[in-house]
Amino acid sequence: MGLFIAQILTGLANAGALFMVASGLSLIFGVTRVVNFAHGSFYMLGAYVGYSLMQVLPGMVGFWVAILLAGIIVGLIGVIVEFCVLRPVYSAPELFQLVATFGVILVIQDLALMIWGPQDLLGPRAPGLKGVIRIMGEPVPQYDIALIVITPFVAFGLWYLITRTRVGTLVRAATQDREMVSALGVNQAWLFTGVFFLGCALAGLGGALQLPKGGADLLMDFNILGPVFVVVVIGGMGSLPGAYLAAVIISVLNVFGVTYAPQSTLVLMFVVMVIVLMFRPFGLLGKEEVAGEHGQVGEPERPIKPAGRNMRLLVAAGLLILGLLPFYGSNFAVVLVTDIMIFALFAASLHFMLGQGGLVSFGHAAFFGGGAYAAALFVTHANTPMELALVLAPVCAGLAAIVIGWVCLRSTGVYFAMLTLAFGQLLWSLAFQWSEVTGGDDGLVNIWPSDWASDNSVYYYLAFVLCVGGILLLRQAAHAPFGYAMRAARDSARQAEAMGINTKRIQWVAFTFAGVMAGLAGGLFVFSKGSIFPNELETARSFDALIVVFLGGVKTLSGGWVGAAFFEGIKDYLTRFEYWRLALGLSIIVIVILGPEGIVGSLRKAGERLGILKVPEDAK
Amino acid sequence: MLEVKDVNSFYGKAHVLNDLNFNVEAGTVVALLGRNGAGKTTTMKSIMQLVRPRSGTVIYKGQDITGWPSHKVARAGLGYVPEERRIFTQLTVLENLEVGRQPPREGCTTWTDDMVFDLFPNLAERRNNRGKALSGGEQQMLTIARTLMGNPAFILLDEPSEGIAPVIVEQMARVILQLKREGLTVLLSEQNLHFAQAVADGVVIIEHGTQKFVGSLSELQAHPEIRDQYLSV
Repeated sequence: MGLFIAQILTGLANAGALFMVASGLSLIFGVTRVVNFAHGSFYMLGAYVGYSLMQVLPGMVGFWVAILLAGIIVGLIGVIVEFCVLRPVYSAPELFQLVATFGVILVIQDLALMIWGPQDLLGPRAPGLKGVIRIMGEPVPQYDIALIVITPFVAFGLWYLITRTRVGTLVRAATQDREMVSALGVNQAWLFTGVFFLGCALAGLGGALQLPKGGADLLMDFNILGPVFVVVVIGGMGSLPGAYLAAVIISVLNVFGVTYAPQSTLVLMFVVMVIVLMFRPFGLLGKEEVAGEHGQVGEPERPIKPAGRNMRLLVAAGLLILGLLPFYGSNFAVVLVTDIMIFALFAASLHFMLGQGGLVSFGHAAFFGGGAYAAALFVTHANTPMELALVLAPVCAGLAAIVIGWVCLRSTGVYFAMLTLAFGQLLWSLAFQWSEVTGGDDGLVNIWPSDWASDNSVYYYLAFVLCVGGILLLRQAAHAPFGYAMRAARDSARQAEAMGINTKRIQWVAFTFAGVMAGLAGGLFVFSKGSIFPNELETARSFDALIVVFLGGVKTLSGGWVGAAFFEGIKDYLTRFEYWRLALGLSIIVIVILGPEGIVGSLRKAGERLGILKVPEDAK
Repeated sequence: MLEVKDVNSFYGKAHVLNDLNFNVEAGTVVALLGRNGAGKTTTMKSIMQLVRPRSGTVIYKGQDITGWPSHKVARAGLGYVPEERRIFTQLTVLENLEVGRQPPREGCTTWTDDMVFDLFPNLAERRNNRGKALSGGEQQMLTIARTLMGNPAFILLDEPSEGIAPVIVEQMARVILQLKREGLTVLLSEQNLHFAQAVADGVVIIEHGTQKFVGSLSELQAHPEIRDQYLSV
């Protein structure tokens, strides 16, 4: 009994930081409609800044002042980010803001590395609260008790601010209808900045508060994202009490998981989330998201047309150059281009469902890594030959996509995106924690191609045929009536339904098809590398693919693979430098601000302006 | 008080307003008439800068407000009452009024909660109800009340009689006349000619985004053929 209570208390204490980060994310999303992926980075910054302040400010007062200051400083950093990165892109489609926040993640990662170094920092213990108190014989750290007491106060203060003050009223009004609030004389820009400050300050506060329990390290940003998204989704987007409730549920569950089922702690929270969403698609205390409030933003999308003769010739020439690479390229070039082609197929599959179907997935790596793991597992545990494994990889990824798609597509918009992220994390946790089968962190190694394909050049041709074939197939699907139906469902789900299109089924098939293609890329990947590790399933991998799709251009058919080729190429070059993330992050931000149409879109515009390309009649 | 000069507005590539030109004199009520899709709402939004005119100017009290952010236009004293009754459904009636509240403006009535409740007694009983619990007519009243809280000198009413019960339409007409007596200038868009005739001094008729008639109400009444051509009676 004592242990039971002690565990519940630990869970409640852990819920504090989680709640603060999650409520900040939820607030920012509610008003600005920006899913701030960099929110984990602000949490991490809070921990680092708090750590540094605690070195300077001594004693008990110093400790708590440091925590408070950390929150404020991180909030101000958030304001800088809002000012420099988000303000220029508020008028762009929401997805571009997402990509901009990816860039921020990378920049903050490297800045933290520069300032605080790569080693994990052990958080100082709270002066005056270093001991334990015994509850029915079980030790409970005093600091945990302090956290349990503090969190409800923060939650109450936040609740009061939102529901009982003029600013809070404006925030809630803006959550529903920004344009109307502006028409009533409220300056939206400052409201946005204020909310951003508050949200980031909360994340920073959470990061600083958990210092005595967890310290500070460079992986905190991504590690918190999964749980935070789960909390926001379970609690219901925009609901503060919901966020608190969900944070408590998840944290308590986690503590019990560690004791009774240490192999499944990470999986547990996703299982809970899926169960909650089955019964309450908008979370425990959430309300239905009103879709279509803002309508289409920016220029209307151009109709998709088959490539003209010149473009076909150009592509054919490009393919010829690619196809002959083993004859003139170095071994290094052959291996690099193999990687690029595989990644291009992966990106093209995401681009297909995102660009054509409007389905923004944050967890597409589940199918890439899933396919790779499927192939590797068959080889390791069943001695399956490469040829069969390469068939089984997309099949398994497709089966996974059928199941995951069925669950995720019950929700739309941001809930859909978060569900896909959660499933990605679920698969990652499986690979990471189920070490008897998957090898855990050590991954699966010695997965090489069959003898006939073991030469780099031969494997290059295998990848060439499958990747180019896969990309052409995706392209074909976009031109087929199926592609029309996808775009209809994307642009106006209701109207498409009224015309007799089963939009959910169309999206489900598209999701599965994209999963199959990502799985094929994963299968090719594992045999090209000879090994597979859980990081291929990570959220960061899914983000890579998303970034690539946006860099290439969402509104163009070839955006996926062009972006992939560009990104892999530039990454190969940049990673030779120490602070490549900083450079990459900054370039992403600059591209989002200056060329929101992506590489392909910008090239097309430039071509049309210079008169090289003809402007289609319907675009004039 | 308000001058709309050569305004052209677009949605993407669609040309919605074509060289609009009209004035609204201080203290008058002008009705903007036209059929569904004629461009009435776009005219309203172009004045509020919720839709940015691609060319032309909007001048309010001698100031060129074209290109201003909407909140600045509102703070200059232009109150906008949208057509779709865009109240904040999750907020209570009082909170909705709070969002609209602005500092007092010289030369204008400074509205309080109690004053708008005098104007719309139905809302007083429902002050702590959420917006989504109100009837269509009550929601329409709330949109007007909310805009009045900004103490406007000029009010833009987009189809105030649309989709509400006749008895409330009558009440709306009384309210508009009372606002006029208080010194407010009103531009309202309407399809309902009877309603417009009850309140308006001047009339602007548009069709397909092009202005077809500008004049006083009596001039329009003297030319029934214009009425028959552009308005469905």
